Amino acid sequence: MFSGYSMSELGAIFAMQGFAGLILFSVFVLMALGLAIIFGQMGVINMAHGEFMILGAYVTYLVSNLFAAYAPGLFGAYFFVAMILAFCASGLLGMAMEWAIIRHLYKRPLDTLLATWGLSLILQQTYRSVFGAREVGVTIPDWMMGSLPVTDLIEVPINGLFVMVLALAISAAVYIMMFRSGWGRQVRAVTQNRTMAGAVGIDTERTDRLTFGIGCGVAGIAGAAFTMIGSTGPTSGQAYIVDTFLVVVFGGAASLLGTIASAFSISQAQSILEFFLSGSMAKVITLLAVVGILMLRPQGLFAMKLRK
Amino acid sequence: MADDKKVPHPTISRRAILAGGVAMSASLFLPKGLRAQDFPTDQVNTTGLAVTDDTVQVGILHSITGTMAISETGSVQAEKLAIEQINAQGGVLGRKIETIQEDGASDWPTFAEKARKLLVNDKVASVMGCWTSASRKAVLPVFEQNNGFLYYPTFYEGLEESPNVIYTGQEATQQIIAGLDWVAREKGAKSFYLLGSDYIWPRTSNKIARKHIEDKLGGSVVGEEYYPLGHTQFNSVINKIRLKKPDVIYAIVVGGSNVAFYKQLKAAGIDMTEESPLLLTISVTEDEIRGIGGENIEGAYACMKYFQSIENENNQEFVAAFKDAYGDDMVIGDVTQAAYLGPWLWKAAVEAAGSFDVDKVREASPGIELTSAPEGYVKIHKNHHLWSKTRVGHAKADGQYEVVFETDDLVEPNPFPEGYQ
Repeated sequence: MFSGYSMSELGAIFAMQGFAGLILFSVFVLMALGLAIIFGQMGVINMAHGEFMILGAYVTYLVSNLFAAYAPGLFGAYFFVAMILAFCASGLLGMAMEWAIIRHLYKRPLDTLLATWGLSLILQQTYRSVFGAREVGVTIPDWMMGSLPVTDLIEVPINGLFVMVLALAISAAVYIMMFRSGWGRQVRAVTQNRTMAGAVGIDTERTDRLTFGIGCGVAGIAGAAFTMIGSTGPTSGQAYIVDTFLVVVFGGAASLLGTIASAFSISQAQSILEFFLSGSMAKVITLLAVVGILMLRPQGLFAMKLRK
Repeated sequence: MADDKKVPHPTISRRAILAGGVAMSASLFLPKGLRAQDFPTDQVNTTGLAVTDDTVQVGILHSITGTMAISETGSVQAEKLAIEQINAQGGVLGRKIETIQEDGASDWPTFAEKARKLLVNDKVASVMGCWTSASRKAVLPVFEQNNGFLYYPTFYEGLEESPNVIYTGQEATQQIIAGLDWVAREKGAKSFYLLGSDYIWPRTSNKIARKHIEDKLGGSVVGEEYYPLGHTQFNSVINKIRLKKPDVIYAIVVGGSNVAFYKQLKAAGIDMTEESPLLLTISVTEDEIRGIGGENIEGAYACMKYFQSIENENNQEFVAAFKDAYGDDMVIGDVTQAAYLGPWLWKAAVEAAGSFDVDKVREASPGIELTSAPEGYVKIHKNHHLWSKTRVGHAKADGQYEVVFETDDLVEPNPFPEGYQ
């Protein structure tokens, strides 16, 4: 397939393809971090993860309309406001749901699956009733669309760069919160031994609610960012949910580092395969490989040592 | 409402002339409507359909929940609008249409179940419905078993011809061939990159496109590939397209993937207004552009039979009525218009047959023509598809298409194209 191309052309294509893999990696990290916090740290299988993401996307849509109507001069900067509001909206909704539904089900983890699936259906229908069944178009500020020409042949999409920077920033923030803050210490203590954590005076209920809220909030930010690369409709969240679970489970549910490593390996494999095979075949082979590896290593790539 | 102009004129059968004559002399208040008492219920309904002396029941079967609600909402709106307008003109054979709406919920077995309910329990005289090929295939046995009559609005892959379905959208060759001819002739396109979502419609359509490009146009296909439905990452294929440098990207991506594809294409620095490569699609109507954003698809070409911007009197009235009913920000895509034709075609066929009986309506259907269709003139072929024109539109930043080409004549529907299989 490469005959008739000059070395510089091939080099440029491979550079861009490598970059495409990195973008996919960042997208996976953004999708999966929120779920990794909730699933990994709390053991709650949150089937409504995609809907929390789409809430973030709808918030972005609303904010963009508000800016276009009332502050067109600042339109180029609305995206940052939108991401903060998306974090707040998804986070608050997450905390409310934790209080209303999830906290009653901590001892029945499989029931959380059903409950959150029901929640996802309710949210989808709510979006449909409020925003209409059709997809909404989110106008992205001009400076975020388009590409940066690096050389004559290599062009780097700006929204890809943006997603990468965002993924890095959020990973760093989550890392600091989990491993350098008092809250993180409490979360990890509750994860490792809930009874004991309660006995030493940690308010486990409050910790759970905050953890769930932050997980959902991160999903909201991801949803806001994905308005640049994907669609915003009542059921758009479903497009992400399978990949998200795949990344989290493959990485080892309780390990944030595992999530990142798994996002990296899956995205690179898929991106390289997509280049040499067709899109559907690439997906098939990636999924087969993940299933095979999980059969050999059911705990995922990175497993946390737990006292059972 | 200036309704008289919009009344479709069925092909004139002897019965219709008689009926029309009677109605005109008798009724000043229903200008072109027919009066129910001239058509006694026991004569126009011999098979026990839900027809009374002044009403007739018609089913609407679309997804208003689930993933397909995005697409099917427009069809429901168009069908209800057509039925309202027909009722305002006096209904069908003097009977008001009452609709029974069922939700297929984007789930194919549910479609079959609801179709059975409409036909067996409600005994509706006809059904406007379905959108995806999968839902149509699911209800097909139900319609054939219970002798129902379905008006199906979506452009689709062809390879089907049921006595119980009227296909008001285009089958694949009607949508593909004229567009490819146009791009080869006007733009000098030689090499094509075929791209689609991975299911039957894009695959069958691309098969026809490949045959036509290679055998008839003497061009070459430099790539053909499919991505799973709902796929959101297209950077790899965009790189492959850069590598192959085709003259035309022929894209049949659907649903949410569409939004991802066009946004990423633009972000990758491929400016479609420069037309190198030129992008030609058969899956993006004005409806989809709302999600994609006009600024992200400006410069692309689409091959359809209908665009909202078509300039003719029928269409202006249709667009005005649609916006009046559903709001000024509404857009109308190809399928929405095809759905609007369903009730009118059924009314014309019933009045030509002088009966609601499905067998008689079926017999009367081939040759039925609508001069009032927003897309212009259409006629039912004996294979139950419509003769219609094919048009190419150029996407503008405001989310509308500008019609740059239309076939001189109606294109004959050919659901089983020889040499293309």
